[in-house]
Parts: sequence; C-alpha cells; structure tokens
Amino acid sequence: MDYAGVVGLEILYMIAFLALTSAGLAIVFGMMRVINLAHGEFVMLGGYTTIACARAGIDIYVAMLVIAPLVVGVIGLIVERAIIRFLYGRMIDTMLATWGLSLLLIGLVTLIFGNTAVSVPAPIPGYQLGDYQMGGYNLFIILVTAALFVAMWGVLKLTRAGLIARGAMQGPDVVASLGYDPRKVYMVTFTVGAALSGLAGGVLAPLTGLLPSSGGAYIAKAFITVITGGAAVISGTLASAVIFGTVNQIVSFAAHPVTGEIAMLVLAIILLRLMPSGITGRFFRDSI
Amino acid sequence: MTAWQSVGRVRWGWFLLASAGLVLLPLVSEINTPTLLLIWALFALSLGMMWGYAGLLSFGHSAYFGLGAYTYAIAVVNVGESTLPLLLAIVVPALVAAVIGAMMFYGRISDVYMGVITLVVTLILFKFMSATAGDAYAIGAARLGGFNGIPGFQTLNVPGRPEISLFGLPTYYICAAALVLCYLLCRWILARSFGRVLIGIRENEARCELMGYDVPACKTLIFAFSAAMAGLAGCLFANWAEIVTPRVFSLGQAAEVLIWVIVGGLGTLIGPILGAVALGYVKILLGGQTLIDNSLILGILLIVVVLAIPRGVVPALQRVWMARRRWARRREAQGGGARRRLGAAP
Repeated sequence: MDYAGVVGLEILYMIAFLALTSAGLAIVFGMMRVINLAHGEFVMLGGYTTIACARAGIDIYVAMLVIAPLVVGVIGLIVERAIIRFLYGRMIDTMLATWGLSLLLIGLVTLIFGNTAVSVPAPIPGYQLGDYQMGGYNLFIILVTAALFVAMWGVLKLTRAGLIARGAMQGPDVVASLGYDPRKVYMVTFTVGAALSGLAGGVLAPLTGLLPSSGGAYIAKAFITVITGGAAVISGTLASAVIFGTVNQIVSFAAHPVTGEIAMLVLAIILLRLMPSGITGRFFRDSI
Repeated sequence: MTAWQSVGRVRWGWFLLASAGLVLLPLVSEINTPTLLLIWALFALSLGMMWGYAGLLSFGHSAYFGLGAYTYAIAVVNVGESTLPLLLAIVVPALVAAVIGAMMFYGRISDVYMGVITLVVTLILFKFMSATAGDAYAIGAARLGGFNGIPGFQTLNVPGRPEISLFGLPTYYICAAALVLCYLLCRWILARSFGRVLIGIRENEARCELMGYDVPACKTLIFAFSAAMAGLAGCLFANWAEIVTPRVFSLGQAAEVLIWVIVGGLGTLIGPILGAVALGYVKILLGGQTLIDNSLILGILLIVVVLAIPRGVVPALQRVWMARRRWARRREAQGGGARRRLGAAP
C-alpha cells in the first residue's frame, strides 16, 4: 500500500516536472510557432538566479517565485528584440539561431560561475510514508505546477489580454485589423514564456544541482512534451505530460531510470509518427 | 541562382591543386591535427550534401557519426581484422537512417518534426550508450563500457593482413582519400538526374511529386547515403582517437557539425568542408586556453550567420565574386574594349 503511494506520488511528481519545464516552451510554440532551443538555458538561468539570490541572503521563496521569472523575462525580452523578431515565419532559422543562443548562454554562464556544480538545500524537509522517506519539496513542485496551469488557463480564457493573445495565435491579420499590433503581442508572449521558464528553473533549483550545461537535461523532455502535445497550449501540454510522466515512472520502477527515459523518448517518436500535428491536433481540438 | 549554378561542377584545376596540397601537407606539418580536420570535413560534407541540396536538416547527425564509430569498434573487437568492420561502419548507419527516414518521410512529417525526431534519436543513443557500464552490456567480446566507452581496439590494417596495422601517416592518407572520393561521389550524384530531383525537392516538393517522382523514396535514399558518409567519418574518427565514448552522440557534437555546414555554406560542397576545417581549427586553438569558452564563440557565430548571411560564407563570397566580374565586364564594355569589339564586327 505504501509502495503504491510512493509510485503514485512519483508519477504525479514526474507529470508536474514535465508540465512545469514545458510551460514556457509551450506558450512560445503554441502562440508563435517558434521553437526555442534555448529554452533549457532559460530554465538553467532561472536556477542560477535563484541560487545567487539565496546566497545573497534573499528569502528563497521570493528568489524563485518573483526574482527568477523577472530576470529571465527581461533576458527573454532582450532576446526577442535582438534576435527572434527578425526570424518570424522562418522556423528552421529560428531553431538554428536559438541553438546558437543556447551555446552562447552556456558559454556565458561558464565564464561567470565556472564549470562547477552549485546547489541550494531544499527549504522543505522530507517526511515518512510508511517505510519510505519522501521528499517534501516534491509536493511543493506539484502544487506550484497546478497553480501555474490554473493561472495560465484563467489568463488565457478570462482576461482581455488572453483573448488578444489567442486571437493573435489564430489570425494575426484579423487582430491587426482590429487595431492590435501582433508583433507587440508576440513580444509580450515571448517575454512571458521566458519568465515561465525562469520560474520553472527557480522552483527546480533546490532539487537538482546546477551546471552551465544543465539546460540540456530539460530541453529534450520539454521539447517532446510540447511537440507531442500539439498546438493547444494547456490541454496539449497536460495531456502529453500525463502520458510521458506515467510511462517514464512506471518503466523506471519496473526496470531502470535510464530505461524509463528511453521508453519515453521512443514513445515520443511513435506518437509523432502517428499524430504529426500532436495530440491536440487529433483530440480535444477546441481546447486551449 | 540558376539550376546549373546550384548543381555546380568540379573545377578540376582547383581540385587537383587541393589534392596535391593534401598529398604534400605531411612534408611541412605534423599530421595529427590535419587528420582530425579531414575527418570533421567528411562529417560536415555528409550533412552538407543532405541539407544543402535536398533541403533535409537532420538536427542529430551525430547519431550516424557515432553509430559508425561504435559499429567499427564493436566489430573489430569481435572480428580482429578491419575490412569487414569498416564496411559495417558504413552499412549499419545507412540502414538505421533508412529505417528512420522511411518512417519520417513516408509519414509526411514536416521539417520541424523531422528536426525533433532526429534530435531525439541522438538523445536515445547518447542516454543508452552512457548507461551501458558493466558486464551485462556486451556485444560478443566487446564490452560497451558505459560513459568510459570502448578503448584500445585494433586500428585499420591492410586488408587481409591483420598483423600490419595502419596508423599515423597512412591514417592521414586514408582520411584524405576518403574525403576526396566522397567529394567526387557527391559531385557525380549531383550531376545525375537523381541529384537534380533532390534539388527539385528542395525547391518545390509538391511540384516534384506531381511530376511523378517518388519524393519519400528519394529523401530516404539521400538520408541513408548521408548517414553512410557520416558513419565512415565516425569509423575514421574511432581510428584517430583509438577510443569511442558516448560523447560522439552528444548534442554538442550535433550542434557543431550543423554550425560548420551553415557557416561554410548551404548548397555547396566545398563550403561545409572549409567550414569544418576552419572552425575545427579554431576549436582546437581555443581548446588550448581557458579564457574564452568555445561554445560562447560558436554560439555567437551561429546567431550572426543565421541573421546576416543565412546561406553561409562561401555562397555569399561567390555572389560578391560574380557581381564583381559582371561589374568589370560592364566597365570594359562601356570603355575601350567595347569600341574595339564594335569596330571589329562588320
């Protein structure tokens, strides 16, 4: 019974991890059809910001929930103005330029922080579940992810800004003729996407030690989660996070963590072959 | 750019000059670094052929490079003689690419999703090979060795004579010959109708299909061919390094070859080769110091090239060269030359 609880919580944590690390990428891809290969580095920068702030004596919750998204959001804004805006509509070129950006950020962080692992202790102690020691911080991540997705749904569905963003996604011409500048919408969208990546990095920083190259660990999983999810930002990301998280953890428990990851990647290829426009290209079509 | 220009041809004068340079280089230089640069050039050529001419971008081309290296190492440990392993190192990546390519191209997957799938394949191989430490993971006599890889296998030998192994200078000449032969093979393919169909697919896939060409089959074929070349490069790399580790599959390796090709030039064969040699050399130079990180330079370079010269340096130079020649000709036509010619004509 306890063991089932452990497995269940681990699956839930994996789903939250995938959804959280994919949220920023999903917004940028779903709204703008831009694939940001520097997404992993945005997450990594959020982590470094959190750790730097925590070391400077700032409360760690403020650091991860406020400062990290702000800092990475500003970086995202600069990147959009300096690089991305010249490349709208050129998907492959955007992928290449953001890959360059990813290398650039890795090099920059190596230069500043050095190529050594940094970490910060988790602020929530573990607890006992039957015979098993569980990380209490995992529950916090699950909560943050749930709150984040509820907030994203609320903004997109209930506010005027969300309406304009969804409009710009479906028909930029129509939005432009109604008096809104789609380019401005894209700029804000990219900034928000970057800020969400920073939030993910900040929240995850206490769990995983950080290296300049840590972004690579997130990008692949975030990538397949978003692409397999398809165009609908929230339902697509959640659907594929549930599928991949469950498969990954069940195979991990049954065999080996590496086998779990490989199973997830193989499943991604199969799903993409079966549904080239993602899960939401076939199911839940009218969702967001 | 007209079709004739984009197909290109061998400029035999330059070709012979370059080949002679390759033959004579060992007289004036040590050969360890040039050998590695030639291997990288061959790897870049394999991606440049497929990306520049057929318009197919594989984000994870290091998968086939690594497969070539691992296939050679595993086979040579088991066989003990290098001829069959060398052939396997070309055939196995080609077969793997053919299967993956057929899955993607017959499934009508768009270029972005192709990027994702090729990248994921590389990641799978990297993760798997890194996790194969221990005796349980062995193919025949070859232990895969996890993150430490397979060290100390036999290098290439004279076919049929395993006791005469080749290393040092012969390896250099083998790499040079491989690069030159692959270059000529690519040129030959591009000059044939298959090469023209490839360019047609790059320019307008739907039109090619409507004209009756089997586009998925052509794409699968060129993908497999490119993977075979990458596999050969991987096999030569294994011989140069005398060890294979999962790093051959890494994302860094995949990004590097892509940068060499795009900086060198899309739609040319010499561009990727020069890009790999120049940037590879810069990388080796930067590796000697710790002040500036190599990935910082590569990253800036990739961004600048994508924004400023999206087709690469060599095509941009070609355009400048053509424009200058046109300009010179026009000046000559306006000046004395024109009058002379006009006077000569009745």
